[in-house]
Amino acid sequence: MKTAVVLLPGLNRDRDMIAALTKISGTPPVTIWQTETEIADDIDLVVVPGGFSYGDYLRCGAIAARMPVLRALKEKAERGTRVIGVCNGFQILVEAGLLPGALMRNASLKFVCREVKLEVTNASTSFTSGYTKGQIIRCPVAHHDGNYVADEATLKSIEDKGQVVFRYAECTNPNGSMNDIAGIVNEAGNVLGMMPHPENLIEAAHGGDDGRALFAAALEVAA
Amino acid sequence: MIKARVTVTLKNGVLDPQGKAIGHALSGLGFDGVGSVRQGKVFDIELDGTDRAAAEADIKAMCDKLLANTVIEDYTVTLI
Repeated sequence: MKTAVVLLPGLNRDRDMIAALTKISGTPPVTIWQTETEIADDIDLVVVPGGFSYGDYLRCGAIAARMPVLRALKEKAERGTRVIGVCNGFQILVEAGLLPGALMRNASLKFVCREVKLEVTNASTSFTSGYTKGQIIRCPVAHHDGNYVADEATLKSIEDKGQVVFRYAECTNPNGSMNDIAGIVNEAGNVLGMMPHPENLIEAAHGGDDGRALFAAALEVAA
Repeated sequence: MIKARVTVTLKNGVLDPQGKAIGHALSGLGFDGVGSVRQGKVFDIELDGTDRAAAEADIKAMCDKLLANTVIEDYTVTLI
């Protein structure tokens, strides 16, 4: 599978993501700068990594979401290509309208950098098929604005359709997210957004590899 | 030239932890009777031209496309 990582000014987790994709897929991803208006047809997975694109000006991810590469990414996602947004990448996908809801300031008003527990609440997506439903995994978080919010109708809809794939478990919700939501997919199931950083838990040197199965599933390789 | 002021506020019902913290701080300063505090944003925008109706329509489009996240925020536009 051919992978790509989107680059925008202010992102800082791009190197971690490139390292993770390279280690798990065996091939380095191509990088796509924000001004690109097209994403090659042969790319099977596009990742928007974390960081602080445009310094979080206006709203987290708001400016990045209006860049040409995001228009190209939206078109590509509509054709079924797999897309993952992590942390700021999740905020960008939400701002760009690829995923429902919004991410607001953490309820504690504090930047939170720690390990949390996630429950896999839907293991039948192309991102979570390497886990089992109800499995609890470890994952680091590092964000200031991860408080997932949606109106009542949207929340009910994503819950009913199984679009909530990861939930903070064992009282580790770090940000006040509604229904402990940590990660969601779009209705078609090919776009994943999550606040935690699975790319930072893929090998023994990280202290664990609970995040590896996510990429292995998305890339259709053995974990 | 036309000047406009855009005010963006959180929709009713959307929790505002920053507003809440500011409210607590105001109470701490001794201001009694502070109820709800909601934090918002103000944008002052200058536009070329003299057509006020067109300017207002443009500013509303700017709000929908960028200045406000209409999932969680409302906006008002005032031409000055």
